Amino acid sequence: MLQPGLYHILFISTALFFIGVYGFFTRRNLITVLMSVELVLNSVNLNFIAFNKYLWADKLDGLFFTIFIIAIAAAEAAVAIAIIINLYRSHHSIDVERAEEMKF
Amino acid sequence: MEGSTIIFYLLAALTLVSGILAVSTRQIFRAAIFLLFSLIGIAGLYFWMQFQFIAAVQIVVYVGGITVLIIFSIFLTQKAGEKMPKQKIGRQIFSALAAFCGFALVMVQVYQYTFSSNINEAVSPTVENIGNRMLSVGEGGFALPFEVVSMLLLAALVGCIVIAMRSPTETVNEEKTEILIEEEIDVIV
Repeated sequence: MLQPGLYHILFISTALFFIGVYGFFTRRNLITVLMSVELVLNSVNLNFIAFNKYLWADKLDGLFFTIFIIAIAAAEAAVAIAIIINLYRSHHSIDVERAEEMKF
Repeated sequence: MEGSTIIFYLLAALTLVSGILAVSTRQIFRAAIFLLFSLIGIAGLYFWMQFQFIAAVQIVVYVGGITVLIIFSIFLTQKAGEKMPKQKIGRQIFSALAAFCGFALVMVQVYQYTFSSNINEAVSPTVENIGNRMLSVGEGGFALPFEVVSMLLLAALVGCIVIAMRSPTETVNEEKTEILIEEEIDVIV
């Protein structure tokens, strides 16, 4: 086995990104779609940290991007779950195919 | 083979296997738990790269916050122990094919490109350096994005409350029905 480096981490983050994309394509439940989005966001974070460590170690820019992405992802998850709960209250289902109209 | 290499491959396997299980299992609660393990694996990779602060933030925000939020919303919206309906096999195959093609395309591009690292002196990602850089307003400082993100979090907080709040008419109707039920109970008694 090779000494792990940038390419290994890029492999992991790409694989994780497309696992998330697969989940996004196949799932029909809003909460599982949200989980897939979280996987995608995490793969992006991993990418930023890897580039920061292996290519631009003299700066901290990748780290800051990761911090801001984590903050925005937390806000996004909270808003998404509020929407899901509201949708469940009005439709009694969180299947994306049952939520057809955008009105209340 | 060094210990750190073994740890790297173990963390990679944990992350990817639990990621795959999180998007493929049919029980939604298990999916949430596998997502939790995948996020822990990513936090371990941050530790492996010696970005301790980011690893701690990952554990606090993702593992401790978002996953718990997801599990709560599962409890609020799903019936316990019920499996999700099976997807069409054609949809699964085409999704897997699309994801794999994208993965192969990206990996070919990545392996063809040679990354050139610069040779300047490394800045260690300690909390002191991060804090100085985050709140500095000069060159390379992140004070403005910091403020913008704090405004965004405030807006998200207010927005969540407004979205998840019951509408006033709904509450009034429920109160009326409660009063009616109480009156009926009184009559019966």
